[in-house]
Amino acid sequence: MPSRPRPTALPSRLPDLEALRTAFARRSLLRGAGAVGAVGALAACGGEDTASDSASGSGSGEGGGATTLGSNRADEVPRAAEDAAIAAFTDASDIEVTPNVVDNETFQESINSYLQGNPDDVFTWFAGFRARFFDDQGFIGDISDVWEEIGDGFTEGFKTASTNGDKQIFVPVLNYPWAVFYRKSLFKENGYAVPETRDELIALCEQIQADGLVPFALGDADGWPAMGTFDILNMRLNGYDFHISLMAGDEQWDGPEVRAVFEEWATLLPFHQEDPVGRTWQDAAASLLQKESAMYILGMFVGEQFPEGEERDDLDFFTFPALDDEIGSGALDAPIDGYMMTADPADEAAAKAFLTFLGSAEAGEIFVATNPNNIAAHSDADTSGYTALQIKAAELIGNADSIAQFLDRDTRPDFASTIVIPTLQKFLQNPEDIDTVLKDLQAGKERLFVEGG
Amino acid sequence: MTATPVAPPPASTAGGGGAPRKKGTRLQLLTRTDRLVLAVMVAVPALLVLAIVWLPAIATVLLSFTGWNGIGGLDRINLVGLENYTNITTNYPPFWIAIRNNVLWLVVFFLVATPLGMFLAVLLDRDLKGSWFYRSSIYLPVVLSLALAGFIWQLQYSRDQGLLNAVLGLDGADRVDWYGDPDVNIWAVLVAASWRHVGYIMLLYLAGLKSVDLALKEAAAMDGASETRTFFAVVFPTLAPINVVVLVITVIESLRAFDLVWVINKGRNGLELLSALVTANIIGEASLVGFGSAIATVLLLISLLFIVPYLGSILREDRR
Repeated sequence: MPSRPRPTALPSRLPDLEALRTAFARRSLLRGAGAVGAVGALAACGGEDTASDSASGSGSGEGGGATTLGSNRADEVPRAAEDAAIAAFTDASDIEVTPNVVDNETFQESINSYLQGNPDDVFTWFAGFRARFFDDQGFIGDISDVWEEIGDGFTEGFKTASTNGDKQIFVPVLNYPWAVFYRKSLFKENGYAVPETRDELIALCEQIQADGLVPFALGDADGWPAMGTFDILNMRLNGYDFHISLMAGDEQWDGPEVRAVFEEWATLLPFHQEDPVGRTWQDAAASLLQKESAMYILGMFVGEQFPEGEERDDLDFFTFPALDDEIGSGALDAPIDGYMMTADPADEAAAKAFLTFLGSAEAGEIFVATNPNNIAAHSDADTSGYTALQIKAAELIGNADSIAQFLDRDTRPDFASTIVIPTLQKFLQNPEDIDTVLKDLQAGKERLFVEGG
Repeated sequence: MTATPVAPPPASTAGGGGAPRKKGTRLQLLTRTDRLVLAVMVAVPALLVLAIVWLPAIATVLLSFTGWNGIGGLDRINLVGLENYTNITTNYPPFWIAIRNNVLWLVVFFLVATPLGMFLAVLLDRDLKGSWFYRSSIYLPVVLSLALAGFIWQLQYSRDQGLLNAVLGLDGADRVDWYGDPDVNIWAVLVAASWRHVGYIMLLYLAGLKSVDLALKEAAAMDGASETRTFFAVVFPTLAPINVVVLVITVIESLRAFDLVWVINKGRNGLELLSALVTANIIGEASLVGFGSAIATVLLLISLLFIVPYLGSILREDRR
């Protein structure tokens, strides 16, 4: 198991920490992003002694208890946001939170052993099949009572995504849509219009090609980006319900529905960048930025590759047009990130208090303030600081009929990583051979969707 | 009785009436402390080997007959017999590609990279001006971390921005997708892997060459043998022990090849290797412990195919 670095123990508390924290009103925080990092870093220095407090039960001298947080927010920007949220929570409640930060990839890959070992009270995760799977394994704490407090702040869609059976297990904080991204200036210069139907989309692609550009950027070296294309085509052609039930292993992968998806994809593939499997998604994003490609089906994080300012403001998106009028275009992938509680927290009251805070509008605002490529999950979160793109994303998600998470969050991870990724890559290399693709997918599904397998 | 394993008492010289016990003590070559130290020195490594090598290996073989998702205790493990093996061979397409790639790796290392490393060692064995520079340049890739090596080669091979396509003047649709095209990328990676392997072999062989008695070479030269002939008829046979080491290292490096393909694309899309498949199936969220173990067992069997004859020959030599 990969080692999980613990925050280094510094000489316990720094004298001016409390002063800094009180200066830390929410509004000033939203304005001064620079201060956020500094205070956050200090707040994280509570270090080992708080951890031992929580191990020996709650009620250390200082205040209302302590809890621990296993986090994958290791990159600078999300780290600062989470530290700021912790600081705001500690400030309000006197409960110490000790973050235990691991980089994203390691965290995700070692999640099985992490949850079976000695996990923190609260940990970062995402909604969907995988969250429910861990709950079914008995690793997750029931937080239905937290939802009684925070429930009013979320739409039904978020609640469904956070529910397993009849109990809630997840607190949503952030999400972002998958859509077709493009540069407004390029569309304007060349007189392109956002396509509303399949015919318009094909016509647009042909026009873009005639102008010597690539209609769609595509980079699938990492394996997962092409899943976004599969998801949206499947939801447009077969509908959300079929998509989710396919992900759950209840449908045939070699049936006519999935075949239709790959046939449609094969027709669209000539409009995509050539040789996608050797290209990273960042390189594909670069081609959108440099106006070599006109459109890109990706999550809103594509904005990370656009320099702040003029270029990022130039980024816009539309949702993939309907391919079947009866099904429409009301479904999309909009993965939700948030927090869960482990089954046996050291201090359940403190953990739940923290989760209640994370489910507040205030927490959503703190997280989204430093990260313009997400939107807050909470309905009442202040959107006055949103960029045009964030406002549009919030509208898109708010108006969506149904929201899927993403292929690798909606299905078994072993199926997604060992079957779907290699097969989609094979398809992108050789789109003529749909028979083999379907056969491999179905064989993999039959092998993996077995109880206890 | 305690002493017998160490020094069997020569019964004929024992002569007159002393009790056998006494004989034993008289012939005791090692003190009690010596024996204790010896026992510890044998037991500790033996236990370590058992715990670190044999137990996991046996556990892997046993797990390969089960289905387990890595969650929960032994009660959650189901016996599935040979199912994992049938699945691997019949409905897991990456497996045969991985076998092919591992064999390819072995063949290329054996026929190209290793001979090239030996050749460079022979060239650099003479006192060339600045030979230290050549040696360190060729050895440098071995020292670089793999993440860095992967990055360096990414710069060469990138389809859109790479050096190679630019130098070859390939543009537009002619560009070669060195890492993405499953027919090409294994060769691209083999070049990168050989780049490291050559340096390693060169250094090993250079050390061997230093130990060759100069008198042998001089004698060969006196007899009028050419350089090439001297090497093949005199130097190469003298270096038999080093040759075996080089051979073994070549085999080991080919079978455990992993890091480079993992850095590039996690061993998918033409870069499948057995080791990468094991990792992809066991580590991470997939957690197909039984299935991954079955692939690991296949890898173990292939390794044994090479190790057993090698050990056999070593042990035979020892006995002689």
